Amino acid sequence: MSFITKPKVAHPGLPRNELGLTRRDYEGSMSTLCAGCGHDSVTAAIIEAVWELSLRPEQLAKLSGIGCSSKTTAYFVSGAHGFNSVHGRMPSIATGAHAANSQLYYVGVSGDGDTLSIGFGQFAHAIRRNINMLYMIENNGVYGLTKGQFSASADIGSKAKRGEANMQPPVDPVLTALTLGCTFVARSFSGDKEQLVPLIKAGMMHKGFALIDVLSPCVTFNDHEGSTKSYGFVRDHYDEVVHADFVPPATEITASYAAGAVMPVTMHDGSRIVLRKLDPDYDPTHRGKAFNYLRDKQAQGEYATGLIYLDSQSPDFHAVNNTAATPMNQLPYAQLHPGTKGLAKIMDKYR
Amino acid sequence: MPDPAGAPDRLNDFVIKLANVNGTGSASANALLMKSMFRMGIPVMGKNYFPSNIQGLPTWYEIRACSEGYIARSGRIDLMVAMNAETYAKDVKEVSPGGYLLYDSSWPRPALLSRDDITILGVPLARMCNETFEGVRSRILLKNIMYAGVLAGLLDLELDLMRTMLGESYSNKKALLDDNVKALEIGHNYALTHFSCPLPIRAARMQKTSDHIMIDGNTAAALGCLYAGATVGAWYPITPSTSVMDAFKGFCQKWRVDAQTGKHNYVIVQAEDELSAIGAVIGASWNGARAFTPTSGPGISLMNEFIGLAYYAEIPAVIFDIQRVGPSTGMPTRTQQCDLLLAAYASHGDTKHVLLFPNSPEECFYMAIQAFDLAERLQTPVFVMSDLDIGMNDWMCPTLHWDDAYRPDRGKVLNAEQIAGLDKFHRYLDKDGDAIPYRTLPGVHPKGAYFTRGSGHNQFGGYTEDAAEYQVVLDRLRRKFDTAKTLVPSAIVTGRGNQDIGIVSIGSCDGAMREALDGLKRKGLHMDYMRLRGFPFGREVEDFLAAHSLIFVVEQNRDGQLRSLLTLETAVEKAKLRSILHYSGMPMSADVIVTGVLAELGPAEPVRSVVRSIHEVPQRKS
Repeated sequence: MSFITKPKVAHPGLPRNELGLTRRDYEGSMSTLCAGCGHDSVTAAIIEAVWELSLRPEQLAKLSGIGCSSKTTAYFVSGAHGFNSVHGRMPSIATGAHAANSQLYYVGVSGDGDTLSIGFGQFAHAIRRNINMLYMIENNGVYGLTKGQFSASADIGSKAKRGEANMQPPVDPVLTALTLGCTFVARSFSGDKEQLVPLIKAGMMHKGFALIDVLSPCVTFNDHEGSTKSYGFVRDHYDEVVHADFVPPATEITASYAAGAVMPVTMHDGSRIVLRKLDPDYDPTHRGKAFNYLRDKQAQGEYATGLIYLDSQSPDFHAVNNTAATPMNQLPYAQLHPGTKGLAKIMDKYR
Repeated sequence: MPDPAGAPDRLNDFVIKLANVNGTGSASANALLMKSMFRMGIPVMGKNYFPSNIQGLPTWYEIRACSEGYIARSGRIDLMVAMNAETYAKDVKEVSPGGYLLYDSSWPRPALLSRDDITILGVPLARMCNETFEGVRSRILLKNIMYAGVLAGLLDLELDLMRTMLGESYSNKKALLDDNVKALEIGHNYALTHFSCPLPIRAARMQKTSDHIMIDGNTAAALGCLYAGATVGAWYPITPSTSVMDAFKGFCQKWRVDAQTGKHNYVIVQAEDELSAIGAVIGASWNGARAFTPTSGPGISLMNEFIGLAYYAEIPAVIFDIQRVGPSTGMPTRTQQCDLLLAAYASHGDTKHVLLFPNSPEECFYMAIQAFDLAERLQTPVFVMSDLDIGMNDWMCPTLHWDDAYRPDRGKVLNAEQIAGLDKFHRYLDKDGDAIPYRTLPGVHPKGAYFTRGSGHNQFGGYTEDAAEYQVVLDRLRRKFDTAKTLVPSAIVTGRGNQDIGIVSIGSCDGAMREALDGLKRKGLHMDYMRLRGFPFGREVEDFLAAHSLIFVVEQNRDGQLRSLLTLETAVEKAKLRSILHYSGMPMSADVIVTGVLAELGPAEPVRSVVRSIHEVPQRKS
């Protein structure tokens, strides 16, 4: 239960980041999800990523909707404000929060029901606006809190725990995001921390809407024979096409990569994302090719994973709106109104 | 035909109605007419009755000059300018006996002879336009200015003033200005040559509009948002609220662009729907910006879930409800006060909201600023309950004033230093006994962090499913509503204070109310009048209701929503309250109230407005 306080005891030997903080400083309250839930692994990956990035906890704002996934924002970085909003509407909260303060890092955690059914419209329009946020879908193909209904991401033929098969085609958030003009599109697996942590770091530093669709099996309702979102199925049909490494600003790229398959992309703040293409034919900067590649892989029953598409140049929401650098919530009042003299001028227009 | 010379002199006291076709450019001519009277110092009212359509459907504009300063509809038409053949038959019928009808005599009108108690004035507007101007578009547009010229002659409006006003409108378009002035003069000359000018209904300069402006409520509300320091506006276009954001954007482009960098000190989000619009407002307010959304009834319906979240999680939000006719899509371009209950109790569960009821554009400005102060002070959504009549019509009101000493009331928000000094931050604890807790903003201090949620929470901000912990918070929210009673603008009570009979009203009924009360006084009926300005109702409302044995409740909806709200939220005995209801979609006029009061003081039946849909589009015979 989340109201049980987890004692924060840091062992003196724990590694510290640039701010001198340990991973424990980025933890949240105790998870109330089922033991073995994929979502808890995602939570752990977020903690790792934020710790590695050496962000001050309060620089983060954690946003979510409703569902098992949306509860997880309580389970990491308790020093950051969290907002567990209403079902499917987290993107609009993010839009307003981002409008009010451009200087925080916004992490939204959603689920397949929250994003692809009730929140499909808001998801699409947050992408269109290129809101500067990391948006993670913890995708398990099933409604957990209401005990096992299919979600919109359930594959055709996928079987529910009680045996009935889903006959409706799934909505694929990655393909959807690509067609909507999303500037950072990734897919990963909750069980692959090595892939997930650098993706989260890259997504947080991306200036614009970063989507990571994380296949995150539901151990209670969707981890059985016949499910296409089970641990077993995902492991067997998992195909990493582009591995992303995140390199902070002013850090040399020291790792050795196979020639021809490495593509460093510089981010707005000088950091770099180094893309290791595991399939040399894949082009993660070409939206159309990425789309076709995913469709081909899908036809073969494979989940293509990694940083699937990246556009680090498109202007984000504030750039499009030409917003001042000072966050809206910090503008001094004197700058916001024309005063008595201004009102007198304005009044002359209405005589 | 009656003899105009025999009609009583009606100096600065008349109503003109202009029947036009939507999309033909009549609006600027009608505004010119109204504004010229205003600049002549004559108190004036202008109402636009327009269709939910871009082009081709009937539209009317009504101008009332009233030396006594009444600004509501009068219910009388002294001069009809019948420019729409489709509605001609109905327009003729509407003219009050002894009145006038002006029509375009370029074509014969067999229906002309349908009334012998009014004076028909034919002017060959189309013919004169065709003879003078080139191009179909010009001819259509200038016909309107030409009838304005005719009216200037008939009513004795100051032609020089009208020329000046055209010059202001077309300062950068010389050719257009010349054509407009020409059309105005042709019309004016025609009137002087062909009719005995001026008519007994006529205008003459007075001094009753100095230190006044003509402004619509949506523009005034937007100006209020500018002065309140709102930096985030989120909306979805919906009639009749759209012009709030249009005006806000206009003001921001002028006053909120950094001179050095050209960057904007504002953000406007055109959302994909009203759910998203209110979500963005809540997100921005949660993050410490002053944020608002303008909408109308259907938008409020959609926003309900989020409004409940803001209530329970205690997040400020400012919502302008520019009410229009419901239910459902209703009549989007007609006015009503039909969202009172919807707004008061919006969302599921036990919720109650703070409402403000402006009576004019002037109050839209001041109440917009109050709404932000109240929303942040009380940490809750605040509704400004305007309507289409206030929002979209130009009203004469006192010049708006500003006090440079004003500072926004940002409420109980802890800064970094205050948070650092705390042992532990508890979001929903009533430390001061006013039921208002302390708030922290994201990004300020890690010790101030908490988890905002719409799920059950205890007073420390933690998740709970414990009955007692849940009730502590819910009961405090009820007490917070009691605090709100002392903070919302109080009701204004006028009258001698010793009458048995009281009358209660809100918002845009006020103009008609004041005129009706004067009319009733002349009939020997004195009543105390209470105009409600805020909800929850304060002590003064209870006192007024207790002090009167019979109380009329005047409002613009079918079901007596204000009456219901009074019976639900005060100790008043239901039987004491008598409804006077007007819900035709047309702005309220005094006769509705007078008739209602007189009828009630006779037989004890609730009175409903008898105004029918006189603007119904006539059906073509097939």
